[in-house]
Amino acid sequence: MTRRLTPAQAALARGLTQPRLSRRGMLGLSGLTAAGLSLSACGVEGQGGESTSAKGFWDGKKSNGRLDFANWPLYMDPGRPELKAFTEETGIKVNYDEAVQDNPSFFGKIQPMLAQAEPIGYDLMVLTNGIELNKLIELNYLAPLDHSKLPNFADHAADIYKKTSYDSGNRYTIPYASGITGIAYNPEYVDREITSIADLWDTAFKDKVGMFADPQELANFGLFYNGVKPADSEESDWIDAADALQEQRDKGLVRRYYSQDYIQPLSNGDVWLSMAWSGDIFQQNAEEGTNLKFVVPEEGATLWSDNMMIPFTAKNPVDALMLMNFFYDPEIAADLTEYINYITPVPEARDLLRSKAEEASGDDKETLERIVDSPLVFPDDDDYAKLHNYVPVTSNNEENFSPLFLAISQS
Amino acid sequence: MAAARTGARGRTRRLAPYALVLPGWLWLALFFVAPIASVVSMSLMTGSLGAGYAFTFEVGNYTRAVGMYWEQILRSLVYGGLATVLCIAIGYPVAYWIAFKGGAYKSTYLLLVLLPFFVSFVLRTISWGFLLSDNGIVLGTLKDLGLLPGGFGVLNSATAVVFGLAYNFLPFMVLPIYAVLERMDHRVVEAAYDLYAGRVQAFVRVVLPMSLPGVFAGVIMVFIPTSADYVNATVLGGTGNTMIGKVIQTQYLVNNAYPLAAAITFILMAVLLVGIFSYAKALGTEQVMEVQAG
Repeated sequence: MTRRLTPAQAALARGLTQPRLSRRGMLGLSGLTAAGLSLSACGVEGQGGESTSAKGFWDGKKSNGRLDFANWPLYMDPGRPELKAFTEETGIKVNYDEAVQDNPSFFGKIQPMLAQAEPIGYDLMVLTNGIELNKLIELNYLAPLDHSKLPNFADHAADIYKKTSYDSGNRYTIPYASGITGIAYNPEYVDREITSIADLWDTAFKDKVGMFADPQELANFGLFYNGVKPADSEESDWIDAADALQEQRDKGLVRRYYSQDYIQPLSNGDVWLSMAWSGDIFQQNAEEGTNLKFVVPEEGATLWSDNMMIPFTAKNPVDALMLMNFFYDPEIAADLTEYINYITPVPEARDLLRSKAEEASGDDKETLERIVDSPLVFPDDDDYAKLHNYVPVTSNNEENFSPLFLAISQS
Repeated sequence: MAAARTGARGRTRRLAPYALVLPGWLWLALFFVAPIASVVSMSLMTGSLGAGYAFTFEVGNYTRAVGMYWEQILRSLVYGGLATVLCIAIGYPVAYWIAFKGGAYKSTYLLLVLLPFFVSFVLRTISWGFLLSDNGIVLGTLKDLGLLPGGFGVLNSATAVVFGLAYNFLPFMVLPIYAVLERMDHRVVEAAYDLYAGRVQAFVRVVLPMSLPGVFAGVIMVFIPTSADYVNATVLGGTGNTMIGKVIQTQYLVNNAYPLAAAITFILMAVLLVGIFSYAKALGTEQVMEVQAG
């Protein structure tokens, strides 16, 4: 449990793997005092993410013909056709593992290994924007991306995914798939149109509102309710948002703070309206024949992304980078979207799917058309205009952030 | 020469029992002492994931833990206690019936008690969520028949959590009570009848006292895990039903607040230990020994 050594060890390891200044290595080796350690830690943080470090990282690295890829469950067709196409084109074999169940526990699993500068067993992983990703960036655990090897991303990614608040300029990450956190409601029970976040505070829905337990998601909605954009919010806004959410709770509106299992209760009427993820609602309606409605509320909603990234200890980073680029080929992006039903960062996929729908017939045609026409998979410009980034929570301000909202969802 | 040899043999003989116990001690040291020591030392550290943690003898973690989460700790003990009482109320008659009236089918009945355990704990709990749903099979039907008002609900309440806990841990109560009752010499009960004890009196004054060690073991086996459980509260609970296990999980895995999480863990452990020891003291320690011997 001597995590105090952590940054120094990382610093030492980086000094060794990247033939740069030896000063940091010296400090790590000799200065086993608190002062020496914190100095060396600062040294690392100060230099992380410079364009030179990207060059330094990739110098001398070659493709090894294989890579290990950690992704979320149900995030690729079980036959893995996209990976087969990749292997066919490049000769690189991909070991695909549905290893990421949620961000915090995956972070908890890889953090000790990264702290020791050891490989985590994966060369490419997918994590959502949020506290864990911010920490990975902050602790210099991610390989800086070499954008000269990502031409597909430059050519085909929509602009909004290039200007995110959590990784502006995509220094470490590019999205795999995205989604909207909005409101879903069951029209069987709710007899009016839901349009705004304020509806979640309406006492007509006492004990029938579902909110998310995740502190960041919960905070975003409290901020929107108060008319504040999460990405621009400050500490005082957080306190106000927590007050608003506490009031919602005290009025007995909230049935439960859900981690992710809100779809079933929403479908069978235990909750009538709930915070929800766009792709979930699309899939539930498509597969179960439910008629749940998804709304991007007028106050705003959040756009989140599950992002691809390479841990700095990856054994096959070049292969991982090639696969990242491959996923931005519009054909491949279209294939992925057909299965995932979340938002693709490649807008051209829509036209490709549309022409595929025109050629298809029967059920396939119907399915494809439903995807192409859905604002949940391809949001229109009006919706995009209402979508915002998350509160930028880092380890510096986390202590002032998370407890505020955990106190609401966990008491 | 001869004297030396017997001396060596004597020493071997004297040391043999200790050598035999050694694996047990190692196991305890490795999986009990070491983790506890690490939890205690972590709970007195300060720092963050980014800057690292340092041992600063920070007692403040404990006051913070109690200040922030006394309610959840108390709630967990209350839920655990209620679930334990419920388990006794349901489990004792079941164990009694199987032990005394089960006849040739005793092991079949025991198997039936254990049968649900062949399905994963989490899955069973989630299934309760379906069953207890406002418009689900049970409540929906009762509502359609007009036996329950339309707004009635059980899911996402303290009731649902306590019943979920009791359901999930019931066999841990049934089995030890059954084990004690099954071994009981039935002639003792007959003797009570011969001495003009009624059925009730024979039970209260003979069977019940003799079965208390089983109840004691059951209480420990149910109360400790139910107080620390977080699955039931997470799946079946609603607003204001969070138990301390969930808080610990969140502090460790979501917030990476290791020192605070360690402090809460240790507090929970201490509270449970003190509770168990005072309970053992009240009931008399020899009964604990009896259970362990049996």
